[in-house]
Amino acid sequence: MNMLQENNWLLSLGTFLPMVGVVLLMLMPKAQDKSVKLVALFTSIATLAVGVYTAFRFDFDQAEKMQFVANETWISVIKSSYFIGVDGISLPLYLLSMVITLLVVIYSLDHVPSPGKPKAFFSLLLVLQTGMAGTFIAQDLILFFVFFELVLLPMFFMIGVWGGEQRQYASIKFFLYTMFGSALMLVAFLALFFKTGAESFSIPYLIENGGSIGKNIQIWIFAGMFVGFAVKVPMFPFHTWLPDAHTQAPTQGSVILAAILLKLGTYGFVRIALPILPTAAREWAPYIGGLAVIGIIYGALGCLAQTDMKRLIAFSSVAHMGFVMLGISTLTSFGVNAAMFGMVAHGLITGMLFFVAGSVKERYHTLEISKLGGMLTQMPHLGWIFGFCTMASLGLPGLAGFWGEFPAILSAYSPAAGLNETVFRVFMVIAALGTVLAAAYLLWLYQRIAFGTPKNASHDAHSSHDELHDVTIYEWVAWTPLLVAILVLGIVPNLLFKVLDPAVQVTLSAFGG
Amino acid sequence: MLSGAELQNLNMFAAQWVAPTIDYHGLAPELVLAGGLCLVLILDLFIDDRKKWLLSVISSFTLLAAMLPILTLALSDVQVRSMFDGRYVVDNFSLVMKGVFLLSGYVVVLLSSSHVEEGEYWRGEYWFLLLTSLLGMLMMTSARDLVSIFVALEFLSIPAYMLAAWRKRDAKSNEAGVKYFMLGVFASAVMLYGMSLLYGVTNSTLLVDIASKITVDGEFSAVHALAVVFVVVGFAFKVSAVPFHTWAPDTYEGAPTPVTAFLSVASKAAGFVALVVLIYTAFPLAQDVWQPFIWVLSALTMTVGNVLALKQHNIVRMIAYSSISQGGFVLMPLAVAGMPNSGDSALRSVVLYMIIYAATNLGVFAVILSVSRKTRSGEISSFGGLFSYAPALGIMMTLFMASLAGIPPLGGWIAKFVAFQSLLQSQSSWGYALALIGAVNSVIAFGYYGNVMREIWMRPVPDGDTTPIKTPGSLAIALAITSAATLIFGVLPGVGLHFADLAEIAGAISR
Repeated sequence: MNMLQENNWLLSLGTFLPMVGVVLLMLMPKAQDKSVKLVALFTSIATLAVGVYTAFRFDFDQAEKMQFVANETWISVIKSSYFIGVDGISLPLYLLSMVITLLVVIYSLDHVPSPGKPKAFFSLLLVLQTGMAGTFIAQDLILFFVFFELVLLPMFFMIGVWGGEQRQYASIKFFLYTMFGSALMLVAFLALFFKTGAESFSIPYLIENGGSIGKNIQIWIFAGMFVGFAVKVPMFPFHTWLPDAHTQAPTQGSVILAAILLKLGTYGFVRIALPILPTAAREWAPYIGGLAVIGIIYGALGCLAQTDMKRLIAFSSVAHMGFVMLGISTLTSFGVNAAMFGMVAHGLITGMLFFVAGSVKERYHTLEISKLGGMLTQMPHLGWIFGFCTMASLGLPGLAGFWGEFPAILSAYSPAAGLNETVFRVFMVIAALGTVLAAAYLLWLYQRIAFGTPKNASHDAHSSHDELHDVTIYEWVAWTPLLVAILVLGIVPNLLFKVLDPAVQVTLSAFGG
Repeated sequence: MLSGAELQNLNMFAAQWVAPTIDYHGLAPELVLAGGLCLVLILDLFIDDRKKWLLSVISSFTLLAAMLPILTLALSDVQVRSMFDGRYVVDNFSLVMKGVFLLSGYVVVLLSSSHVEEGEYWRGEYWFLLLTSLLGMLMMTSARDLVSIFVALEFLSIPAYMLAAWRKRDAKSNEAGVKYFMLGVFASAVMLYGMSLLYGVTNSTLLVDIASKITVDGEFSAVHALAVVFVVVGFAFKVSAVPFHTWAPDTYEGAPTPVTAFLSVASKAAGFVALVVLIYTAFPLAQDVWQPFIWVLSALTMTVGNVLALKQHNIVRMIAYSSISQGGFVLMPLAVAGMPNSGDSALRSVVLYMIIYAATNLGVFAVILSVSRKTRSGEISSFGGLFSYAPALGIMMTLFMASLAGIPPLGGWIAKFVAFQSLLQSQSSWGYALALIGAVNSVIAFGYYGNVMREIWMRPVPDGDTTPIKTPGSLAIALAITSAATLIFGVLPGVGLHFADLAEIAGAISR
């Protein structure tokens, strides 16, 4: 694989710039909340500016190639290096992480969750950003692992300190699940390293040499990686940390979890597991597909059973990530393109839904669906935004959600050569049923929250009436880019597919396209 | 019966004894340390009680001064300095480990100084015993003979027994000392028995000689196996490997906290040094005996240590079990050290683990000492809400806990990583199985490390007492050193690996 090395400082700058902000924040006196917020804001703006400049310099005609590649010695004794680069698969996610972080920072300017401590809160946000961006650019398994783990502690604290009632339980559950997955993943990485001749941890090198590993060993190594990534996605049956973590996390935590952290798992499958171990991927594909459709149906049924708005959105993530995994399991470039698109779309839409949920909680002090109602009459703007997001989430054509869901289902019709067509067509039918269920739970949710007459007006109308302000200026600023992106990607999906497709083609070359 | 040639040899030796040539440069670190500890002992007699703090200053300068010859030795062209017919060897392994012991000793002095000044201690003797024990550790790194290993072991252990019981009129501290002493002596006895068997079957106390005679035509007899196992058991006590760990929690809890720091880091490392030297130079051909034995020890040690640590309420007791469990991780690569392709990487892994574990664990104790100055409590719950009133200490403790749990980008991860790497490099099912056990254990371990983080960040301050903590200067320096080391080893793992990679044992049979 040939690579482009110009401007190879850009990625490091974009990834580590947030850490500069963290150092600045550390040096600041505690009391100055305002300047803490300003530093965080400027850091994330500067980071995004670097990201946008990166995209500007990115050669879209060669999106299949690694660009801005830097390869420096890092831990020479164990043959791991600081090897980074982006291609068409990485770039959208890399940028998405920067956009989401900036929007979360903007939202937090006005909404630092209880118990305050903005300095620590913003520092953790920025550390998270470094970890997320780093994961998407790492081209060395050990570097990938370090960044992959770097997001754990900040998220652990974010849930545990700023979360809801059950925050401590949720945070430790989140941590133990992910750590278990990554421990097995690390063992799998090491096994891979030795089975390819103990030469290098670099992903391109392993892609070249991984295929020669014997089938049985490949299957075992894939199993280790599968657990690591599947916990993160999360796939059924490893998903149980997700509803707790999402429900308890502060709004900002939920948004980042949904929009970026879950993608680390699916990205791992596309970038690492499939191209390095193609034989094992073929063996595993039907099982992955099966678990994916179980996730779709299980997530949807779970949604129908929820009484808490945020928990419902969390379960809908399980279902949506099921579509993504179904697309990946077909091992076709069509399916993986759909999956990649689905990842971005889910990040935008579900991130937005969690923002709305946070604002609902802030205004009504509850997320119990049965206690909510009449949002459209009380706060028409918020109500319409919420409606827009639920429509996008259920896959309405013309909005971004459609282009992740529909092609993923379609791709299961003809999976890659060597996979059992009948099985995948059964999956396709079940997944299609899943979309009906998705429409059911989302419309049901929207109907009960936005329609009807306001319920809380009856008991404490006087005290709470002035709190029911519509969308604030901070919220507008934080949300508009997401809403616009959902619409634009829905109308012109080719904006994204054009970038993704060449890189996906190259990544899946082992499966015959 | 001695053979004719040997008899002749012996006669010659008796007839014309010549003093061995001593390489003073090679011995310089030990000599500096010996000089320093004599100075402390003598000054203690004449110095006024109010000026006893001078002794801690002298101790710390002694330790730093002893680092100088280590640097000059490292830079000199002579790679291996062998003295007394190869019974005392200064090679790269011993230099690296001497550096680790001296620097850990320096940090322990920093941890001790305010504690010793404020408590009811015999101050002069404290420093004297600490330096003596360190001298024993330096000797241990170079000892390549059963007798010198035993002498070094007692040299480092006996002062440690006394230090453990150093809190006057405190029943728990006395219990700590007595328990440590009894079990330590028992372990020495077992080990001596093993050594006597070794001498009996190989006719030599020199490790490299033992290596060549440990098998009879490539076969073991029961006596050979028994001798090897007994010697390993003796050091298993020292490194508190399960099931020989029972002394550790009580001793750690009862001993004065800086002494606990010393025991859990330096004393434990000394045990590993001896174990590694024996495995690599005396028993390289006996791997069929010690590999399965260490495999079982390692698996048991990390699992039992972990499970018991989960239930602890006292922070020092929890750290005691955690350090037992960490010991299991150090042992892990040794379980495959006899296999053809993982010998070098196992040694590297053990050395690296000891370096990083020393930095992190000493840091943990520095935080515990600082916090307990305010709370006067050993309960884990006394860390509640630490972040809200002492953010710097809270963050540092979080870093140390994360490092012990092996979370990147802190030092502990690369130590664990290299250990796993060595296991998988052996490409044996034993190695894979132990790696899986280790992986599961590193997740369980987060249960208790995470619990401390949870107290610091998420729990309320006990009694709402948020008066800030005053950290004395020496503790602050110790905190700065250990937290910087923990971070640097994690972010730039090459630094630690560089030293670990240097550490080759001269005379070890290369695989």
